[in-house]
Amino acid sequence: MAETNRAVIKLREKFAASVLDVKEFRGEVTVVVKREDIVEICKFLKTSLAYNLCTDVTAVDYLGKQDPRFMVVYNLYSIPNKDRLRLKAPVPEADSTIDTVSGVWNSANWLEREVYDLMGITFNNHPDLRRILMPDDWVGHPLRKDYPVQGPDREPYKGRLS
Amino acid sequence: MASSEIMTVNMGPQHPSTHGVLRLVIELDGEIIQKITPHIGYLHRGVEKLSEHRTYHQTIPLTDRLDYLAPMSNNLGYVLAVEKLLGIEVPERAQTIRVIMAELTRLKSHLVWIACHALDIGAMTVFIYAFREREMIMSLYEKISGARMTSNYFRVGGLSADVYDGFEKDVREIVDTFPGHFDTYEGLLTKNTIWLNRTVGNGVISAEDAIDYGITGPALRGSGVDWDLRRDNPYSGYEKYQFKVPVGEKCDTFDRYKVRLVEMREAVNIIRQALDSLKPGPVLADAPQVTYPPKENVYNTIEGLIHHFKIASEGFPVPEGEVYQSVEAPKGELGFYIVSDGGTKPYRMRIRPPSFVNLGAIEKMAKGSMIADLVAVIGTLDIVLGEIDR
Repeated sequence: MAETNRAVIKLREKFAASVLDVKEFRGEVTVVVKREDIVEICKFLKTSLAYNLCTDVTAVDYLGKQDPRFMVVYNLYSIPNKDRLRLKAPVPEADSTIDTVSGVWNSANWLEREVYDLMGITFNNHPDLRRILMPDDWVGHPLRKDYPVQGPDREPYKGRLS
Repeated sequence: MASSEIMTVNMGPQHPSTHGVLRLVIELDGEIIQKITPHIGYLHRGVEKLSEHRTYHQTIPLTDRLDYLAPMSNNLGYVLAVEKLLGIEVPERAQTIRVIMAELTRLKSHLVWIACHALDIGAMTVFIYAFREREMIMSLYEKISGARMTSNYFRVGGLSADVYDGFEKDVREIVDTFPGHFDTYEGLLTKNTIWLNRTVGNGVISAEDAIDYGITGPALRGSGVDWDLRRDNPYSGYEKYQFKVPVGEKCDTFDRYKVRLVEMREAVNIIRQALDSLKPGPVLADAPQVTYPPKENVYNTIEGLIHHFKIASEGFPVPEGEVYQSVEAPKGELGFYIVSDGGTKPYRMRIRPPSFVNLGAIEKMAKGSMIADLVAVIGTLDIVLGEIDR
């Protein structure tokens, strides 16, 4: 089914060099693309394939599991066609930056700020890249896998019984 | 006589009209809003981080506390996502009860919306009336789940327990009496001159802009976009029910008010259909590797006790993969993106909160209007800070 997906066919045609992988799981299609082309691909998806709603931008930290370490995830929706597409772009730890897509969809503005705040990925050319949930002077990025769940400089919680 | 002097005013985080701990820094030219800088995060509890350290069952109570005005909608989105990962089917009775509870939750949430929205604009009577009606749903919540707000009622694979005796009678009473109450609210507001002056033409956002800003739910339908996840990407058996999806025309606060009122009537409609189709049967999927065993087995057999203990302490493994499942929550599209590495805890759980994205459009909607109209815009966006800050 992933092979017959309208977006996959078009993306393979137009951005053959940047499509790294296409996966399908439980009926959901995921396309992994190179981060350098993310803005061009998003513009194309919005204007030519009517993915007009950027539902979500988030990131996953695959520390010690995958290289590159981060994966920025875009969940897109097309209101005219009622279908979804997931776009992913790998981001390495050494240079954890990716271009912003807030110029394509305005909703990405706050969502990218949240990814920056909690995951520490910088979005190039973002109009207003500030922390959004944590205080401005916070050190560290809480959703990274090497950030302790109890917070910095505290003893880990050992459970009630121990 | 416009002055060139800009005054900066701080609104919140402790302010009755910001519906929680929302802080807005507003730059004013006289009474005209020039710029709004929202500051959020005062209620950030790190639900996404916490869920990475809990089993799939232990995460359900955390989801109650996202949009605390609509706990069961959050539960529903989460359990549907985990069920999608597992690939299990939920019995029909459980699906129908889930729909009934999700729609009652929509009523509960919309009642708080109309109450607080009207109170912000000055109509106190509606507030008292709507909270009186909400109390009926709250007591039903208490009877069915044991808690008035943090319900924790749904389980991966079904429900924590079947409904109590007399549930159908209680729901029928709500279904039969609520449309009359909606008439009362409309009688108090729809043709009320003060209400019209405060809402018509306020907070206008065009359909294109609303989609661009990612607004979902009733706020998007108020801008004339005919899109509802329950109808267009049905889940939990919504395809079986007939209901109208209301849309607005003028993209203003008044149209969003009308859309939500029709939505409440349609929710009653869906509950009535679901109640009629409710048949006896199991409320938990036949998936012993995931669901808790029946209580009589736990109390009377050693196998049942071990089974219960294993699921409660260790949890259940979930196949490796990633899914995104969204539901039409009262505030908009609530999505759960779960990445599993094959273990008993989510590797990464991302919550896509509707209020967070909707709030991003506040400057677009309120810029150029009077500061007093800002409380109407906050009210019409129907935000909940528990969900924004997570």
